[in-house]
Amino acid sequence: MAKRSKVGKFFTPKTVISGIVILIAIAAAIGANVIVPYDPNEVDPRSCFLPAFSKGHILGTDKLGRDLLSRLIMGAKSSMLNAFLIVAFEVVIGVPIGLICGYYDGKIDAVIMRIWDVVCSIPSLLLSFILIAIFGRGNFTGVMSIGIAFIPLTAKMARSLIITEKKAVYVEACKSMGYSDMKIIFFHILPNVITTMIAQFTMDIGAAIVAMATLSYLGLGIQPPDADWGTLLENGMQNFYNNYVLLAAPAIVIMLVTVAVNIFSDGIQEYIDPSQRKLPTFKQYEKRLIHIQRRQKAAI
Amino acid sequence: MAENILEVRHLKKWFKIGNPAIKKVGVSYLHACDDVSFDIRKGEIFGIIGESGSGKSTIGKCVLNLQSSDSGEIIFDGQDIFGYSQKKMKPLRKDMQMVFQNPLASFNPKKRLGKTFAEYGKFLGMTDEHYQNRIKELLKYIKLSDDVLSRLPKELSGGQLQRLAIARALMSEPKFVLADEPVSALDVSVQAQILNLMIDLKENLGQTMLFISHDLNVVRHLCDRVAVVYLGVIVEMGPIDEVYSNVMHPYTQALISAKPKEHPLQQKEQIILKGDIPTAIDVPEGCRFASRCSRYKHGLCDHRTPKLRDMGNGHFVACHYPKGHNSDEED
Repeated sequence: MAKRSKVGKFFTPKTVISGIVILIAIAAAIGANVIVPYDPNEVDPRSCFLPAFSKGHILGTDKLGRDLLSRLIMGAKSSMLNAFLIVAFEVVIGVPIGLICGYYDGKIDAVIMRIWDVVCSIPSLLLSFILIAIFGRGNFTGVMSIGIAFIPLTAKMARSLIITEKKAVYVEACKSMGYSDMKIIFFHILPNVITTMIAQFTMDIGAAIVAMATLSYLGLGIQPPDADWGTLLENGMQNFYNNYVLLAAPAIVIMLVTVAVNIFSDGIQEYIDPSQRKLPTFKQYEKRLIHIQRRQKAAI
Repeated sequence: MAENILEVRHLKKWFKIGNPAIKKVGVSYLHACDDVSFDIRKGEIFGIIGESGSGKSTIGKCVLNLQSSDSGEIIFDGQDIFGYSQKKMKPLRKDMQMVFQNPLASFNPKKRLGKTFAEYGKFLGMTDEHYQNRIKELLKYIKLSDDVLSRLPKELSGGQLQRLAIARALMSEPKFVLADEPVSALDVSVQAQILNLMIDLKENLGQTMLFISHDLNVVRHLCDRVAVVYLGVIVEMGPIDEVYSNVMHPYTQALISAKPKEHPLQQKEQIILKGDIPTAIDVPEGCRFASRCSRYKHGLCDHRTPKLRDMGNGHFVACHYPKGHNSDEED
């Protein structure tokens, strides 16, 4: 193995800014019950369709007079939690399957991978619909169905990583010492390949937020009166002409969080593998050179 | 005669090439090792020399059952381990250890060395106290201080790591160690340290070893007996001094003549072999060396595969016309 000549810096503007957005979303999700200004499901017929920045309701209210900010924060709770659950689900099931398939290439591998090929060939959203049709709608089924749709890709990634890693000499050394296969896979190879997978998992959180919002938008995910960002979006669509903030706010929130997650995963990828970073332009090089020369002169 | 720790009889390993599902293309086989037989006695270092691609590493891996072999017998310590599953091999693994060519790659790059050793100690069922004593003893033996245990593999030099790899192989007090080109990735000054350590192991601990190498000088320095491998078959085998001084097979002759001169004024005739080592895929009948041999005789060499013959003094040769034994031979 080649020594990593230069470990990338973790705290770049990319990761810091996107990290702050993600942290805010996570903080809102964790503290949702405490920080909501109103009960998100409380109906108040006297104050329907209040515009944004009206007294007491910063983002206004929807057609039943429910406070939009409270619903967004509460939606953060379910959206973020669901996204993490989906990723956890695919990691816990997909990674071991992929690792075992890749390690024992042969009949098991061929059979399981062909099954995943079939699963992959069905569009993931359609697959979710099928699973929901079988198991009934609901928050948990939604999470499960998206998780299952995500598993094949994770399994394939884990498989491709272990196929190259299992040829490493230290794996053979482990075998020659008599370690069991499971010990080799999960205690020796997994720690060496997990770093490469982490960037992908982070990206999957973004994809999971969008996928879950899609299901909820179609009314297949979380059930009313509870809301996540997808149902809020759907409500906003219906009442777009009465109060455009109802549509804009959840849309912007979803976009911000997913973009932040993607940029963050990009940052992680660069941290793990610095060779992927963009090279500085000639002007930037010049600037750095001048800066270094100045420092050297000052030192003299 | 000392007791044999390992007896290998007619070991065969062919690698399948091509996809059997595509019938038209057909299947061909790479003959990595063909009808290989040798014994290793207790307390000796047995060397295997050969050029790259000659199948010497495959022989080593088959002997340890790290790679399944096609047919033959591998009798380790009185037990035929041919075709044993990894599960069945498990109790035997602590008696047979391996040292690899690349010391840096043979340690898990994410684990501190102490953890690697402790894990293995635990695996062997050592108590904590026993493990501490053992590791202290081993580190003293390989002349490294304990602070290497808190390092990551990439923080140490190749020589240090190779010594640690040897220490890891010795942890379980194995009966047999396979060293697969342990010094070829190291520079000469470090090579000497490792070789001296190995000689020390043999003389003081009576460690039995199978030493695979392509370096003639290293083998001569270290081994008691040697086997020369060409295209997956043993062409010459015997005690080290006998093989080096009384060379019989034309391939070994060429190999030894390719050694650099020890003195610039030394007169030395170098036998230059024509062509390259032929491909090991679907080798034809007859002697494998026939296409490059100076003593090639039409009719015999290209039709009959020479068997390993005892030429006295424990010296075996697989050649129809070994040097000094046939009247009709040119030199």
